[in-house]
Amino acid sequence: MTDKIEVKDLKITAKDFATDQDVRWCPGCGDYSILAQVQRSFPDLVGIKKENIVWISGIGCSSRFPYYMNTYGFHGIHGRAPAIATGVKVSHPELSVWVAAGDGDLLSIGGNHFIHTCRRNVDLKILLFNNRIYGLTKGQYSPTSEKGKITKTSPYGSVDYPFNPISLALGSGATFVARSLDRDTKHLQEMIKRAAAHKGTAFVEIFQNCSIFNDGAFDILTDKKTKDDNVLVLEHGKPMIFGINKNKGIVMDGAKPKAVEIGNGKFRIEDVIVHDEFDESPVLATLLANLTEDPTMPTPIGVFRQITKPTYDGDVEAQVNTVTNKKGKGDLEKVLFAGNTWQVN
Amino acid sequence: MPKEKEVQSLSEVTVRFAGDSGDGMQLTGSQFSDTTALMGNDLSTLPDYPAEIRAPIGTVYGVSGFQLHFSSTDIHTPGDRPDVLVAMNPAAVKKNLSELKPGATIIVNTDAFDRKNLQLAKYETNPLEDDSYEGFEVFPVPIASLTAKALEGSSLSPKEVSRCKNFFALGLMYWLFDRPLDQTLNWIQRKFSKTPEFVDANTKALTAGYNYGENTEIFNTRYSIEPAKLPKGTYRSISGNEATALGFLAASVKSGLPLFLGSYPITPATEILQYLSNYKNFGVKTVQAEDEIAGITSAIGASFAGNLAITTTSGPGLALKTEAIGLALMTELPLVIIDVQRGGPSTGLPTKTEQADLLQAIYGRNGEAPVAVLAASTPSDCFTMAMEASKLAIKYMSPVILLTDGYLANGSEPWKIPHVNELPEIPVKFRTEKEGFAPYSRDENLSRPWAKPGTPGLEHRIGGLEKANISGTVSYDPDNHDLMINLRAQKVKNMVNDIPDLTVDGDMEGELLVLGWGGTLGAIKEAVIKARQAGYNVSQAHLKYLNPLPKNTEYVLKGFKNVLLPEINLGQLAKILRSEFLIPIIQLNIMRGLPFRVSDIEDKIKEILGGKNND
Repeated sequence: MTDKIEVKDLKITAKDFATDQDVRWCPGCGDYSILAQVQRSFPDLVGIKKENIVWISGIGCSSRFPYYMNTYGFHGIHGRAPAIATGVKVSHPELSVWVAAGDGDLLSIGGNHFIHTCRRNVDLKILLFNNRIYGLTKGQYSPTSEKGKITKTSPYGSVDYPFNPISLALGSGATFVARSLDRDTKHLQEMIKRAAAHKGTAFVEIFQNCSIFNDGAFDILTDKKTKDDNVLVLEHGKPMIFGINKNKGIVMDGAKPKAVEIGNGKFRIEDVIVHDEFDESPVLATLLANLTEDPTMPTPIGVFRQITKPTYDGDVEAQVNTVTNKKGKGDLEKVLFAGNTWQVN
Repeated sequence: MPKEKEVQSLSEVTVRFAGDSGDGMQLTGSQFSDTTALMGNDLSTLPDYPAEIRAPIGTVYGVSGFQLHFSSTDIHTPGDRPDVLVAMNPAAVKKNLSELKPGATIIVNTDAFDRKNLQLAKYETNPLEDDSYEGFEVFPVPIASLTAKALEGSSLSPKEVSRCKNFFALGLMYWLFDRPLDQTLNWIQRKFSKTPEFVDANTKALTAGYNYGENTEIFNTRYSIEPAKLPKGTYRSISGNEATALGFLAASVKSGLPLFLGSYPITPATEILQYLSNYKNFGVKTVQAEDEIAGITSAIGASFAGNLAITTTSGPGLALKTEAIGLALMTELPLVIIDVQRGGPSTGLPTKTEQADLLQAIYGRNGEAPVAVLAASTPSDCFTMAMEASKLAIKYMSPVILLTDGYLANGSEPWKIPHVNELPEIPVKFRTEKEGFAPYSRDENLSRPWAKPGTPGLEHRIGGLEKANISGTVSYDPDNHDLMINLRAQKVKNMVNDIPDLTVDGDMEGELLVLGWGGTLGAIKEAVIKARQAGYNVSQAHLKYLNPLPKNTEYVLKGFKNVLLPEINLGQLAKILRSEFLIPIIQLNIMRGLPFRVSDIEDKIKEILGGKNND
């Protein structure tokens, strides 16, 4: 006989993260997959209690996300999710704070908050639902739409150049920068878990299909027939090889990356550059980020870069503790009566 | 041997120090204020400086001034017109001459009256040598060369020596008004503890100025002002911005909630952020955000997470925060927005004062978005009102706007320091019990529960979309929207039960009530006192709660044949009171970027009452 009571930790499942709200995205929207992968990944997050998870969003289709996650949630105003999330995290550092944002929300109206969040390295997980279009306002070009795109507000083609979100995040100092695809469920789950485990600003760009206003924008990267030749899956310590026959690789031509065929006598596997996610220097990640600017190059997915440095929220908390240890816990009476005082009798 | 100087006793004096932005006039003024406060005089100050940090030297627009009114009796304003002007250059006299009392004393630094400075001040001839300053008592003092002489043999460079001249001027003023040097001597010791040569030089300059007054033949009279009879207690001198910061610190202590300030630097509100960033050992967290919007939205995030959250700004910043205030209202989270009003519109007059954000504060949002609006009336009242604003925000789970202004923010006055145990408690209820939890259920005040993230079992979603009452799910139901608009409005109306009645100084009914709000209290009070001294029967009342208005506001206003409402705007409160109570209001609106002159209000009172004094 044993006097031990068997404590069985009820394993949380994806279902526990669903709310009673009907999900109201359009049929075929990539957001469904992202929601599903988040709900499937979250039970595996180590050491994070469900009540300590907070989802913050701004405005846009993807910003309805918090309503569908059975965690704490805050549907904010357009573009401001990173700033709201910063307030939540700084004031309550034990929380795991997530931002769901679209390309217009995060990079147009909220661009300022995004770059400053990255710069400060606030411990936030930011998922960018990038569908390269304004969906909720029914089809206008976005800050990630390609130049020349015909939309309702650019009937003769957009004259705007798009942002490269990975480049922007790297340039702003984000400490974890990754990309995934809505339709690559396994890869997306892995990126979500990696982001969750990172301490600092974790940015994941997710190419997400808008089935109504920009349908097929990423087909070339998700279609079985074309994806292998067009997607470069980044893996730490592995050579950058892609192609349906795994016979293409990225080599350096001087300071320029180039896609070549391997095993044709000209290039060998040893010539292919090896990915280093943890490189202190941002050069490799930046080169990779810019591959998408060249139509002859594949689009990388995976972790571009992950480095560790103290977080903003951690440092704020540390300052509070250091000063408190040094000065002692604040005494209001002393503060009020400090400085030059005089008595009136 | 100098002859014994006459000491003349005065009941009140207004002094203005004026010079280039780099002449240290703000420092000189605040040192004189501190010493004067320590002597027990009642006082009120008005720093008045250009928006440029170092405007071109010698020019009229580069003149920085510090005015101080001190007395042996209770006073309420920094004084209408200075009795004494200390001017470090010709531009300083030029800018201030028309503001001085007839016959005022002008102490000028004659060394600065050279060709170059006269040109810069646009004087064609030397005003000290013609009749430009007729009607004033001018004391020419070569302040710069006397300072240089006092510092002969010092290791300081000529430029550094020249920068000590404000201490010479201060020393001379200490002599003239019979003030001790100790306070400033101690300050110099502390301030320059790492550079003994500056301690030495400034000490010498200060003492030399004092001795000059004693020994020179120019000054025959010095003045003494007896201490004021203030209520018993311990006092300190405090500015509005510091009082605001301390008020929120106190609210944090009294509520037991950590204080979070999200803010972007903006004149004249920045100092509140600066003060609060010192109090880390109280658990205060300050985020200097990337912009005004991040300032308020980070505060909203902190409020959601269970902090006492505030954001500080001035008019242009309040405009930028507009949408987010609506979000705080919609999500029914406590938040205090502090607007230190400055001259507007647009960038306007950043360093000057105004009361023109009232309508913006009360109405300036999309949709039906009522929030509570409070206004502090004196520099030290900012402390009380900061606590009041916090209390209302927490009790009603609602954003509250606290209005102060540039005059209150920078001006200072003696403050009878309250003991912590005398301060009001601020009760806080966090929801923890799972049973029956609904995010938009309501208590007796119509407030929804505050359930902070991290509480097991209370996971819920809030947001800017309309929510179903009680359940808090997104709702597009027409009747629910109508209900929610009314509920949110009713919450603000219910605050009337927590705010004090409007009190009247003087008779409860009669010919004239002078009503005010915010930072005009001092000028109105003094004008009413003067009118009474002239035999007029005038009552006075002051609003510190603008939305909701105190319960008895209509009753009070209807007791008078005339209501005069001086405002530093085009009549914003007048508009509200007329529409609210259908009563006529007599407006007095002067927008010079400066506080009202007492005489402006006094003249208006006399104009309204005509010959109806009791003489």
